[in-house]
Amino acid sequence: MHLHKYEKIWLIFGVASLILFLTVLGIGAFYKGMQPPSHLATIDPQNVEAHEAFRDENLGLRQVGEDKYIVSVIASAFNYDFGLDEEGSAVKNIRIPEGSTVLFQVTTTDVVHGFHLAGTNVNMMVEPGHISSLETVLKTAGTYTLVCNEYCGTGHHYMAATVEVYKP
Amino acid sequence: MISAKTGLTKYDNKLVMAHMYVAFISLFIGGLMGLLQTLVRSGTLTLPFGIGYYQILTIHGVLLALVLTTFFIIGFQFALMNKTVGMTDKQRESAWFGYWIMLFGTTTTAITILLGKANVLYTFYAPLKAFPTFYIGLALVVIGSWIACFTNFRQLYVWKKKHKGEKSPLLAFMVVINMLLWFIATLGVAATVLLQFIPWSLGMVDTINVLLSRTLFWYFGHPLVYFWLLPAYMAWYAIIPKIIGGKIFSDSLARLAFILFLMFSIPVGFHHQLTEPGIDPMWKFIQVVLTFMVIIPSLLTAFSMFATFEVTGRKKGYTGLFGWLKGLPWKDVRFFAPMIGMLFFIPAGTGGIINASNQMNQVIHNTIWVTGHFHLTVGSTVILTFFGISYWLIPALTGRKLTAKINTLGIIQTIVWTVGMTIMSGSMHIAGLLGAPRRSSYSTYGGTEQASEWISYQIAQAVGGSILFIGIILMVYIFINMVWFAPKGVEEFPLAEVSEHAEPTPMFLENWKLWIGITIALILFAYTIPVIDIIQHAPPGSPPFDTLIQ
Repeated sequence: MHLHKYEKIWLIFGVASLILFLTVLGIGAFYKGMQPPSHLATIDPQNVEAHEAFRDENLGLRQVGEDKYIVSVIASAFNYDFGLDEEGSAVKNIRIPEGSTVLFQVTTTDVVHGFHLAGTNVNMMVEPGHISSLETVLKTAGTYTLVCNEYCGTGHHYMAATVEVYKP
Repeated sequence: MISAKTGLTKYDNKLVMAHMYVAFISLFIGGLMGLLQTLVRSGTLTLPFGIGYYQILTIHGVLLALVLTTFFIIGFQFALMNKTVGMTDKQRESAWFGYWIMLFGTTTTAITILLGKANVLYTFYAPLKAFPTFYIGLALVVIGSWIACFTNFRQLYVWKKKHKGEKSPLLAFMVVINMLLWFIATLGVAATVLLQFIPWSLGMVDTINVLLSRTLFWYFGHPLVYFWLLPAYMAWYAIIPKIIGGKIFSDSLARLAFILFLMFSIPVGFHHQLTEPGIDPMWKFIQVVLTFMVIIPSLLTAFSMFATFEVTGRKKGYTGLFGWLKGLPWKDVRFFAPMIGMLFFIPAGTGGIINASNQMNQVIHNTIWVTGHFHLTVGSTVILTFFGISYWLIPALTGRKLTAKINTLGIIQTIVWTVGMTIMSGSMHIAGLLGAPRRSSYSTYGGTEQASEWISYQIAQAVGGSILFIGIILMVYIFINMVWFAPKGVEEFPLAEVSEHAEPTPMFLENWKLWIGITIALILFAYTIPVIDIIQHAPPGSPPFDTLIQ
């Protein structure tokens, strides 16, 4: 099949940029380890407390090393459960020092939810039967809104919390 | 009697128009729902009578993305097939049969949504559960569309038997490719609806495998967007050259582009599931690579279109590096509307590459950026081309003329649409980058500073949405004029011829077994192992949740 000379140039340019884009993505994913969140662990959505990470005492923010934290959350319509504070009321805001490495692990007891820390790359789907997890370094101080960005029912737009990254 | 000028019988006209009425009624109601959403989200409107935001969102998505597109496309494709290869009485009966099944299914689903029993949005993700008639109606729409598929296949088959050794007409070839794509893609959604959703919603089984249902949905969901786009490409490749007084740049390149779309639009659904747990990231990356392959036929198309434009402009005597642009009929809405649609595809396609870029997807996934993206693709490129088709197709079918006045109104409509969409989609893209979620009613998210930033963009979306609704009223007015009020006459059905400089089309391009074989092989490669994984390592299934949507 005959291709016009300019068309050949155009296609070579196009295919070359395609290969370049894919190479950049591939290096990011496989060499730098920046894969999209794809945690493979499963869980019984009717009984998430059976899993160590989602026991009452482990919910919310836990410090596990000098600059290392784990945040465990149970999502359900229309709430993120971060556990209770000392006074026994539900935690709606967590505070993390700037520069910490934070592992977010989230599951759901009912329908599919979203978990997006707006303005950051902490953005993942939360699905019944699966544990979503993502580790990141929170580099910039500020107050971030945690929003459910997957429709989960009529109260979906009320499902939110805040994460405060403060200068230590 | 076959009209000498349009090449269609009055029976053909009736069949195609039946599809068009459904399409334009959907445009009006679906558009109105879109307007209401933007007003609610701007914080200025509360819906009366207990109507929910997510109810109008469901209607908007189902009517515009599923009903308008499917009915317009199937109607338009019947017009192309009947014109190029003809339709027998028996084929016409089966076409009508498919039409009534689709219409019955649409009505069933619509009533369920209007009763507030299916506020699950048009993606109906499990385990939110709608009333069973929602799924049964959707299944009927798909089954009706399959009848249209097989009618089109039969039309070309009968023609080929009579014209042994000839290559099939270009538009008939394109229609068959698009219907093959649709048939192979809808097998996925049919599987999840018939085998998972319907038994589960009827209570015949207790639980559903959520990840499997989503994977089957997105196996269908991405080729769906190419099913919308390819009819627009048909008009660009094979109709617009005639409107501008030129010829098709290359018949074989047009066919090659369509074959590549068939092969690379299906095994790519994981790029909609990049941030989901339970899918191995290796398979996500493989499907990202396959997704990027559709850039090649898109570039082929861009080249062919602009080559046609330039050759035609120069033939009319316009010279200079860009002087040939003056040779294009900018005042002819049949050209102007689709041309603006094409230009919209430049930012739309760029956004699409960003969305599919593996880990970069995390930046925008499920933010309103995505909504902004598909209002550029289907909501501008595709729909402006469909409007561009309507300006000649509707009067050709109703035996009337496109008047100069309606032509001018069409140009105004296109400009109104461009302004409205630029404002709405632009502010959606920006708000999305700031983290604003899609598919969410008005909320201040507990009064955070970020959420208050998003609201000014939501007001801009309402401004854009209102302008777009004016565009919809104009288009519905134009439609009504072309159907009932325009002066009687014969409107041309423009079919372009291939340029005399184009190389002959090699016969291997019509080796259906080869192309279908490669398509199936790619699908099996991309999906077999991950789907087996999803089934074998499935967590306990999910019971239905129907109280959350009430």
